[in-house]
Amino acid sequence: MVIDKEADSHSRPSSPIQFQLDPGSGLPTYVQLIRQVEHALRLGYLKPGDQLPTVKETVAALAINPNTVLKAYRDLETRGLAVGRPGQGTFVDGTLGKVALPQLAALRRTLLTWLGTAAEAGLDDDAMDALFSSALRDFSRSRGGSAGAPARQAPGDRRGSRGDNAEGVA
Amino acid sequence: MTIIDCARLGKRYGRSWALRDCSLAIPGGQFVALVGPNGAGKTTLLQIAVGLITPTEGTVTVLGCEAAGSPGALDRIAFVAQDAPLYQNLPVGDMLRVAAHMNQRWDPQLARTRLAELAIPQRQKVASLSGGQQAQLALTIALARRPELLVLDEPLAMLDPLARHDFMAAVLAAVAEDGLSVIMSSHVLAELERAADYLILVSKGRIQVAGEVDDLLSHHRLLTGPTAQTDKQAERMSVVHARRGGSQSHLLVRAPAADPGPAGWESRPVGLEELVLAYLREPGVAALPGPTADGPSRATIGPSKGVRA
Repeated sequence: MVIDKEADSHSRPSSPIQFQLDPGSGLPTYVQLIRQVEHALRLGYLKPGDQLPTVKETVAALAINPNTVLKAYRDLETRGLAVGRPGQGTFVDGTLGKVALPQLAALRRTLLTWLGTAAEAGLDDDAMDALFSSALRDFSRSRGGSAGAPARQAPGDRRGSRGDNAEGVA
Repeated sequence: MTIIDCARLGKRYGRSWALRDCSLAIPGGQFVALVGPNGAGKTTLLQIAVGLITPTEGTVTVLGCEAAGSPGALDRIAFVAQDAPLYQNLPVGDMLRVAAHMNQRWDPQLARTRLAELAIPQRQKVASLSGGQQAQLALTIALARRPELLVLDEPLAMLDPLARHDFMAAVLAAVAEDGLSVIMSSHVLAELERAADYLILVSKGRIQVAGEVDDLLSHHRLLTGPTAQTDKQAERMSVVHARRGGSQSHLLVRAPAADPGPAGWESRPVGLEELVLAYLREPGVAALPGPTADGPSRATIGPSKGVRA
């Protein structure tokens, strides 16, 4: 295949990770790329200093628009998670900032307790999902965040519009 | 720079118009998807843009200000027609030599490298290549001309899913590397959704929808709510397509992404395929760029432009 040949022609893969899309996720492509980097950071597949896959590599592997990759990288740069080095590529620069891992774990435990209570009350997975999504929607609305646009997006960001529900559960 | 700029463009064959009243200004550096039913006028529009046919009325310029079909334009545009025209009896290497002689701009290194990457032997006859390989060969010849604009007419039609993916990947990699603009007509909406910056929907010889994909997606929502309120909602917003059930209805409407929608209605964003299908079902509804206040590169969709069928 073309793509494998191309990857081989570079002396080694530029990044410890490769992007993979989930067509069933319903998430915009650039959000999927961002999520995958965040996820890899949390799980330790990516460390500060590591290079992210190059735009050309990603485009050739996934058949997506180069601007989609650039947009994802810009978002990561804006949030201090990555830094672009001209002529070289984009590199991991930070760690997943604001919320520390222990705090995330605690939040997750609270959520699991809630899920347990919901299950006892007779809710199935779909009912819990619907309840959570609707509560989250109301919550973001009451906080003044528009329902659809994740707060972290810069206004006027070209591909921002596709970022519906980009802020999911950690 | 606009890659195609046309005003009130029309093409008539005998008594019927293949294309009528087309006005467009497509900004450069983009991947433009041209979609529409068979016989809608996609090929006619592309052939006018590359200078293969002359319009009956209206004007068209390409790549800034070149007249379509002028030597200056031909040198900067590569066109791959629907059936990927290649000399079937020639070996691949000879096919490349013919192409090299027929074109002023030619990058032999690019052609050789690409064929090596594709593992297509130069001695093999064109006719014995697979459909995917023939499409890739035609693309290689087009790219070796180092075009600023690549025009592809239904390149995916005859390809299997893997070949389609590889073909799209090759085109997009060229976009990433050289920043060339692409216009591609296709029926394969799923592939276009991930690739396209800009969408043109042609229907019955007219341009029904034109705009940046992100703008289009962020200005349409799917609302689901009680059928009893449907007429009331339809009065206060522009509905592209409505599906009414006995008690629950779905409306694809034009509304900004930030609009939470009416109380009691669920509102969610739409995908490109959903959007295109809704417009195809309602040929009377159009979404065209509004007044271009800040230049043609920013096609805006004003809510006032919404037309209800």
